[in-house]
Amino acid sequence: MSDTNTAAADNSGPAITISAMHKWYGDFHVLKDINLTVERGERIVVCGPSGSGKSTMIRCINRLEEHQKGSINVSGIELTNDLKNIDTIRREVGMVFQHFNLFPHLTVLQNCTLAPIWVRKMPKAEAEEIAMKYLERVKIPEQAQKFPGQLSGGQQQRVAIARSLCMNPEIMLFDEPTSALDPEMIKEVLDVMVDLAKEGMTMLVVTHEMGFAKQVADRVIFMDGGEIIEQNEPNEFFDNPQSDRTKLFLSQILGHS
Amino acid sequence: MSKAFVRTEFHPDLPPPASERGVVGWLRHNLFSTWYNSLATLVIFYLAYLAIPPIIDWTLISAVWEANDYKECKAAGSGACWGMIDKRFNLFMYGFYKAEHFWRPNLTLIIFIVAMLPVLFDKLPGKNICAPFLILGYPAVALALIRGPIEMSSFQSPIGIAVWVALFAGSVFMGHRGAKTANAVMSGIGYTAAYFILFIVFASWGLGLEPTETDTYGGLLLTLILAGVGIAVALPLGILLALGRRASSMPIIQMLCIGFIEIIRSVPLISVLFMAQFMLPLFMPEGMKFDNVMRALVGFSLFAAAYMAEVVRGGLQAIPKGQFEAADSLGLNFYLNMRLIVLPQALKIVIPGIVSTFIGLFKDTSLVSIIGLADLLLVAKQSYTDANWLGLEHTAYVYIAVIYFCICFSMSRYSMYLERKLHTGHKR
Repeated sequence: MSDTNTAAADNSGPAITISAMHKWYGDFHVLKDINLTVERGERIVVCGPSGSGKSTMIRCINRLEEHQKGSINVSGIELTNDLKNIDTIRREVGMVFQHFNLFPHLTVLQNCTLAPIWVRKMPKAEAEEIAMKYLERVKIPEQAQKFPGQLSGGQQQRVAIARSLCMNPEIMLFDEPTSALDPEMIKEVLDVMVDLAKEGMTMLVVTHEMGFAKQVADRVIFMDGGEIIEQNEPNEFFDNPQSDRTKLFLSQILGHS
Repeated sequence: MSKAFVRTEFHPDLPPPASERGVVGWLRHNLFSTWYNSLATLVIFYLAYLAIPPIIDWTLISAVWEANDYKECKAAGSGACWGMIDKRFNLFMYGFYKAEHFWRPNLTLIIFIVAMLPVLFDKLPGKNICAPFLILGYPAVALALIRGPIEMSSFQSPIGIAVWVALFAGSVFMGHRGAKTANAVMSGIGYTAAYFILFIVFASWGLGLEPTETDTYGGLLLTLILAGVGIAVALPLGILLALGRRASSMPIIQMLCIGFIEIIRSVPLISVLFMAQFMLPLFMPEGMKFDNVMRALVGFSLFAAAYMAEVVRGGLQAIPKGQFEAADSLGLNFYLNMRLIVLPQALKIVIPGIVSTFIGLFKDTSLVSIIGLADLLLVAKQSYTDANWLGLEHTAYVYIAVIYFCICFSMSRYSMYLERKLHTGHKR
């Protein structure tokens, strides 16, 4: 890629800069004036009621959704309709989905090596070595030859995390990674995410796991109605929320605990 | 009574009772489980008793194995006249194809089977050589073997040759350029064009064999040519049409695909064949020879492709949006996404539909007898109207039915094997 005129990733500035970004679904204004800067190594948790636009916002960052106004800049690359820029950004940004979205016709190992081999043009042996390293990090190297359909939900989500890490991304996006899991499997996935945070990965996590937010987040963002309502460091956010909407939301999700 | 209950030791596994096991258990479960099931069993056994002995008698016991005409057959026995099949065997297999050239279609079929085995069955080695050969090399080899050289007037003149060389150089350059700039569409079009130019050159050389006349093709040979080419064209073309039909970002391509599929599907195959027979020559440049078999092949392949497109589209629609998103998020481009993620899953889902279409296509080849091509069906008909073999329609039709059955049934069994092989523990 170095000999082409594609914008190269710039590692000095902030990881993500979103300014005055708007998005509409038809006439429906889903995201309104989003401004957000994510520094390198920063861990951000995004929360809010369902339909508040939090998933849509992080899906705009790797162009799974298109924004119509404002700008998104990832590692110094402006996100436009230029397919080359989109592909470059997608290589630098890993994403973990609520429903895992593993490729069911490939083994766990093949799921992990597919993108490095085909997108990064890595030799197969090297890709497999790296994949095994990450599968060990998410503590399921013994499942490498199985198919996703033979694993539990928690194991599948850990494979999904390993699959993203194999592309060696600068930034990881998590879109409600534990929402589709049985309660006893949530911890194994959160543990992996905590480890990742400790290693300094830039993370943007949409989740309702407030314990996780308190433990690892540098900043918590609360969204409602397509707007960022409040952001603060976690202790202040949970102990001393400023907006009424934040207070209502926190009282609802923390009501039982 | 207290509500509390604690089991202190595990219950041992016991064998099922005798009524559930062995032959008796099987009969009881499957044939005589209820009074109406028992009744149905008895009725079916009685019908089998009525039907099977006469069938065996007709095909084997009273059948005549050697005869020189229908009178000898009638005199020797009341069953099938296999003597006719024996005497007319070459007609059933090759039509009027010259006997001295029989080795050519035979060799074509043998090469096909040998190359196909490693592709069909994983345990055999050599898949990495055989699969590309079947896709890229085999069509040219098969055409050359069966047809021999095809005369191309443009290869006669220096200007014609220069144009072809320029076209070839241009497409190779385009393909190379596209590959270098990671432009999949450009390199795809360039290399495909270069391949077809090579194909045409090879076809005009034709391995240096003697050319054969297509109007001598007949019998099983013609049926297999029609079905083989139809299948080989219909699957890739159908996939492209299905993808085109879903390409909402390219409305013109989408409309063309929808129009093609819907028009072809709305007319009967026989009218497509008639159209190909009478209309195709109108669209062709003057002087270009376009024989009957070729016209039937074009009509046939386009018809099958339209049906294949709809089958494949069904598979594409079954792939959840999350699969596309996951592939996108890993940086796979559209082409890689289709090739590695979407099509392997979509095609696997629709294997039964694809094979059904293949089987339907294979049997539909018999319609070409209406436009005067001597396929298996027409050869059978010609047999029992032949002055020597009058009135032997039962034998002729049973014989070709058995041939159709063997081929179609093996396709259907293979598809079941393929489904089991590709099953990877997920059910949707």
